[in-house]
Amino acid sequence: MTLESSYYGIGRMDRMSLRDTAVHRLDPRAKVAATMLFVIAVVSFPRYEVLSLLPFFLFPVLMAALGDIPGGFIARKVVAVSPFAVFVGMFNPLFDPGTVAILPGVSVSAGWISFASILVKFALTISAALLLIATTSFSGICRGLSRLGVPALFVSQLLFLYRYLFVLMEEAIRVVRARDMRSFGNRGAGMRVFVRIVGTLFLRTVERAERIYGAMLARGFRGEVPSMRRETLRPSDAVFVLASGAFFALCRLVPVPETIGRFVRGLAG
Amino acid sequence: MSHHIIEFKDVRFRYPDGTEALKGVSFRITHGESVGIVGANGSGKSTLLLHMNGHLLPSSGSVTIGEVPLRKETRPEIRRKVGVVFQNPDDQLFMPTVFDDVAFGPLNLGLPPERVRERVLEALRQVNASGLEGKPPHHLSGGQKSAVAIATVIAMAPDILVMDEPAASLDPKSRRDVIGLLVSFAHSKIVASHDLDLILDVCERCLVIRDGAIVADGPAPEILSDAALLAQNHLELPLTLQGRNIIRK
Repeated sequence: MTLESSYYGIGRMDRMSLRDTAVHRLDPRAKVAATMLFVIAVVSFPRYEVLSLLPFFLFPVLMAALGDIPGGFIARKVVAVSPFAVFVGMFNPLFDPGTVAILPGVSVSAGWISFASILVKFALTISAALLLIATTSFSGICRGLSRLGVPALFVSQLLFLYRYLFVLMEEAIRVVRARDMRSFGNRGAGMRVFVRIVGTLFLRTVERAERIYGAMLARGFRGEVPSMRRETLRPSDAVFVLASGAFFALCRLVPVPETIGRFVRGLAG
Repeated sequence: MSHHIIEFKDVRFRYPDGTEALKGVSFRITHGESVGIVGANGSGKSTLLLHMNGHLLPSSGSVTIGEVPLRKETRPEIRRKVGVVFQNPDDQLFMPTVFDDVAFGPLNLGLPPERVRERVLEALRQVNASGLEGKPPHHLSGGQKSAVAIATVIAMAPDILVMDEPAASLDPKSRRDVIGLLVSFAHSKIVASHDLDLILDVCERCLVIRDGAIVADGPAPEILSDAALLAQNHLELPLTLQGRNIIRK
């Protein structure tokens, strides 16, 4: 994925967050809280668990469907960052050679199971986080975090990070374009030039930071970013958090697919 | 109304690296005046502007805004009086939405939320940017960014507006809109620019700065039609005052 396509990818997600659906209208705090519960529930599963994780996909799928977010877009983003998870888990099959029977007559090494578990957990948590951003907007999340008691300093850092991510990426795109234009197909003397580009961007960023700080001081900044939005939690927000929390607890404590399987077998038998 | 006066008396400023950027600058700008500041690159324009709201403090000499002498302790008061619009709107717009950004100054002034809302909407209306409230700054066009950057400053209701290249890199229509906007403001205005036509449209008085000193100060039409003076300062006649021979082949 090139810098430019990832830039437009983020921009697109940003635009999605401005839509108006039932999911978008939920209070940011409610969505942040539900997503946190979701992540905690998912990562708390033991390492060999795969099947019991599957019901959790219902949450991102519902969020995407109700929030009118194209599933394919989120799936592509998950795939784009998946190398991290693959690297984390790729040696499990080698180091964990004990065998487990998954179907009558079919057995695989335990490492493959834990590898699969890592990938499923990764897909679940990343898609939930992406959907949170796509349905809430980054500034909404920051507002939610600060209302949930996260220190103002961290929240304003996050806000600036997001605001200037775009500016920095635009700058990087311009520099890289200038390099490519004069390097005729080969990647312009490789590492050495790359290091200098990063250095240039860093210096520009420091200078910009100074100018921004000047602009903030000029408008009376005294260390705290003021906000005047006063959102109030509505009953629907509470219902959303309670319902999703209850669903996560159920899926965490009861092995749902197994129970359904047993139930179906009970009917058949 | 003496409180809109800006007075520089023998202001010198030396950057920490030893460069002397201002070498004894003196002038006085009275209430309601609009003054252009022109000069070559590196002549000291930006350094001069940064003294107007105390971003830099003079190494020697004095700056007085209204009755208040510029010192470290008086900076907050001076910043309430003098609104500075910086050259690059991306540096000026740092909040997640246009509304939050325009509200930033008034909220820091401690105004109650209803007043802030009024001021924000009024400031955006004045710069013809109503309707952009909910947009994040990175989704705005260049012209919209410039307009909103001006709104962020006028929302604080300053007595004096200071602008560094307010219309740089705007398309002609957006530039014309900004000029119209500046002309419509009753504030005392100080505009630094290389766009001499803009200065001619907006300002009645013009200062020329060279090597950290003021080399000319007078009515803008007079200064900006003095071809020899302009040439000495890496400038040329405003385009509207230049004859043009259309090249035909």
